[in-house]
Amino acid sequence: MFDFNIVTQWLDTLLMSFLPAWATVLIECVLVALAIITLYAVFAIVMIYMERKVCAWFQCRLGPDRVGPWGLLQVFCDVLKMMTKEIVNFRKTDQLLHRAAPFLVVTASMVTFSCLPWNKGAQIIDFNVGVFFFLAISSIGVVGILLAGWSANNKYSLIGAMRSGAQIISYELSIGMIMLAMICLTGTMSFSEICQQQENLGWNIIRGHVPAVLCFILYLIAGNAECNRGPFDMPEAESELTAGYHTEYSGMDFGYYYLAEYMNLFICAGIAATIFLGGWAAPLIPDWEMWNEIMLYVPGFVWFLMKVFFVLMLLLWERWTFPRLRIDQLLNLEWKYMLPMTMALLVVMAICVSFGFIWN
Amino acid sequence: MQFSLFVTALLTGLGFVALVTALAWLLGPRSFNAQKEEPYECGIPSRGRTWMQFRVGYYLFAILFLMFDVETMFLFPWAVVMRSLGPAGLLSVLFFLFILVLGLAYAWRKGALKWQ
Repeated sequence: MFDFNIVTQWLDTLLMSFLPAWATVLIECVLVALAIITLYAVFAIVMIYMERKVCAWFQCRLGPDRVGPWGLLQVFCDVLKMMTKEIVNFRKTDQLLHRAAPFLVVTASMVTFSCLPWNKGAQIIDFNVGVFFFLAISSIGVVGILLAGWSANNKYSLIGAMRSGAQIISYELSIGMIMLAMICLTGTMSFSEICQQQENLGWNIIRGHVPAVLCFILYLIAGNAECNRGPFDMPEAESELTAGYHTEYSGMDFGYYYLAEYMNLFICAGIAATIFLGGWAAPLIPDWEMWNEIMLYVPGFVWFLMKVFFVLMLLLWERWTFPRLRIDQLLNLEWKYMLPMTMALLVVMAICVSFGFIWN
Repeated sequence: MQFSLFVTALLTGLGFVALVTALAWLLGPRSFNAQKEEPYECGIPSRGRTWMQFRVGYYLFAILFLMFDVETMFLFPWAVVMRSLGPAGLLSVLFFLFILVLGLAYAWRKGALKWQ
């Protein structure tokens, strides 16, 4: 398996050879920042195009097909359009909070985005408490959404934000329980170690057999709810709340929410791929020498992206198949079904791991 | 090292929004009229105040969330060292979870989970 550390260490020694230490660190940080923004923008564009096309296919439509071949330039034109729209500041809004909200939403999604393990050694933030850190940062996004709804001085926005707050914090519990169950299995919270372990011992979804598969299914449900997407798109339910918490934002301010929503979906799929499907680990089968050799030939980030897009397809499938839930149904689903189920799964997983009912 | 990378990611997020907002502000047109400054809502003139007390249903869920979230925080260290703790650790955590489930059952019974 290609280790990305070789590249970063080569760069580090190269810079260190003719620059002082502080300048090296500065240049490396700038390079990291550029890498984050580039990846973020590229995958946002890919995601938005994919969402539109896939949604169109689910509904037997063509989707965007006018701008460029197969509508490929549509997303670029949308970005251009949003950039050149006026940013309207309403007199009656709470100016400070209204301006601060997009910062919180985008920053939360960007920091969680940099937690994703792309390849062996190619990970930007790799704390030993990675999963915990991820959960902590991702819940900052909801503060941004609540601020956006509250500061807009608009009843629909307020209702949307309240719904979104209730929904996101509720489903975060399920996500937390599922993560806990998977940490019981792995015994580590660092994303890079989780991936390394899965390369050595097999993917978690196979190692943890029944409870892990159930966790994965529940994660797909809770993940869509965390990203405020259908069938859980109550916060922006356009047919009743115009656009929910971002009604009063115009131009690029609206664009941030759009961007963060799609990137949160990507992050959600990326975490699912890391925790359950092995991250950058290739599907190795013990004793199949030929197979393993061919699989190891494919670079890690290709495996990672293949898994992420597989999970994304599942999430989109779910989004376009089910009708929207009412807010009481949505909270019922979480508190009366998902939470007890995930707690039971945590206990089952803990018992399985304690008594050795897992495949090692 | 990890912490400086975290700060880099944080500043990248903040800087990205600041930069793009500045760019959009430069590129976009600017015009003024009194009508435009009113909240849009759904298109018709809005009536009444918005910043008011909001329904208690959401707050009940928020309070319940607090209980379970703190619990999750306590469980994370346990999950990491679970294998080395053995059956004794498992039993104590099961007891901890049992008390929490009692809390949820109490809230459920009292009708806190019912949408009014």
